[in-house]
Amino acid sequence: MLKKKIPVLLCFLAGLLPIISFFFTSPGDGLREANDTLEQWLVVVSGFALLLGVISVFQVNLRKISNRSKGWVNAIYLLASLVIMGAFGLMDAFSEMPGWGWVGTSGNTGFNWIFDAIFQPLQSTMFSLLAFYVASAAFRAFRARNLEAGLLLAAAMVVMLGINPYVVKVLPFLPEWTRWIMNGPNAAAQRGIIIGAALGAASMTLRILLGIERSWLGLQEGE
Amino acid sequence: MSFIPRSALSKVLVAAPFLLQASSALAQEEEVIGWGIVSDNVAALILFTLFSGVVLYQIGQARRGKELFIRRIAGLNAVEEAIGRSTELGRKVMFVPGIGTVGEVETLSALSVLKHVAKHCAEYGTPLEVPNKDPLTYAAAREAVKEAYLEAGRPDLFNEEMVPYLTYDQFAFTAQVTGKMVREKPAANFLIGSFFAESLLLAEAGQSTGAIQIAGTAQVAQLPFFVTTCDYTLIGEELYAASAYLSKDPVMLGCIKGQDIVKAIVLLWIVIGILVLSATGSTIMQDLLNSSLGN
Repeated sequence: MLKKKIPVLLCFLAGLLPIISFFFTSPGDGLREANDTLEQWLVVVSGFALLLGVISVFQVNLRKISNRSKGWVNAIYLLASLVIMGAFGLMDAFSEMPGWGWVGTSGNTGFNWIFDAIFQPLQSTMFSLLAFYVASAAFRAFRARNLEAGLLLAAAMVVMLGINPYVVKVLPFLPEWTRWIMNGPNAAAQRGIIIGAALGAASMTLRILLGIERSWLGLQEGE
Repeated sequence: MSFIPRSALSKVLVAAPFLLQASSALAQEEEVIGWGIVSDNVAALILFTLFSGVVLYQIGQARRGKELFIRRIAGLNAVEEAIGRSTELGRKVMFVPGIGTVGEVETLSALSVLKHVAKHCAEYGTPLEVPNKDPLTYAAAREAVKEAYLEAGRPDLFNEEMVPYLTYDQFAFTAQVTGKMVREKPAANFLIGSFFAESLLLAEAGQSTGAIQIAGTAQVAQLPFFVTTCDYTLIGEELYAASAYLSKDPVMLGCIKGQDIVKAIVLLWIVIGILVLSATGSTIMQDLLNSSLGN
């Protein structure tokens, strides 16, 4: 019973504190200090959770290697990258501590080199794929199959052409149309979604704080 | 002005913000803080109390057994269909609970849907995979899936590799998940939670494999990508209503009803504001709302 009640009670208290400190003041500003401390605890807990994550990465990939599962060679690359990057990170962290240091390491050279020369370009590559995916998604979305899709296509054409300087030279009225679409129908629809989502989030928060919504804890409604 | 040397004036201008900051800090130090209400947030407190009051009243009504209607949400009705399709094809279900932390309401809502999905997967014996980016979300997701398999009476089917932690980096996570989608071809992809730039990459990769895709997020900027590439999309508030809708619990449905009443009040406020502005040119309704939100 306690196993189920304590997490709900802790969730209630941890959720209530930021709300109270937002609305009320207390002697010596204790409420705000308590809230700040709670946020620091969250960072510490996240650190431990990250350790759990690293253990999971090792478990899953070591099993893949030992079973010679499909793609086991990739698992070796992944673990090697994790160990090398982690080692360089630790070396840099220790070298910054007074009295500690490693022979041959001055500053963050190893870690930074891997980050700048390998990691960053890989990240940029993934991000740049978005351009191609946007094109293929737009191709599917803008097929005028019915009236609504036709309207969407027309609006998209106006907006895309309205920000193209060459087209604007020929059709100078287009930027005004673009502004109207973006600030009128588009903004209205977005605000509708935002208002609904904000109220939904507030309602969900209330359900969680009151312990009505417990499935995210892995508990059943009746528990 | 001409009597002040230019260099001195520039020094004063540079120092002014710091002086103002320092004087306000001193003023705050001198102020004796006791129990009270933060004056800037009084109107927000009134709104918060009104909202909570309406929701709690509706919960009370629901507890007394009042029948509550909730409209059909196509994306949530399709959850079982998607899992059933995976079962028929003998392929796995992939559930990505977003890249947000467990402190975000969106992520908590995603975990509620995850538990429902995991329970059905356990009942049908369908393989499930829940890749994670955030370590805290990973820990919570693992517990939710484990409990779902226990509830379904199939704890033997659960293993910790079903809920792997991948990486903390956004695009490295995206690369791994899209790689899994292309190589392992899950028959159903659930992309529910907090998503950012990776939303289209994940959804397009899933779409290219022919998987049935159900997405849900409250991130307005990502919604068009999901609507374009997924079969069903839970838009904003539908995501937050998901757990109440799936559980059919009357108390939770009471919360949704209360939320809808407040939404109707907000809508009424906007309509009155438009009428007042059009008829008199006064922005009083807008000003009241702005001040209540602290703007």
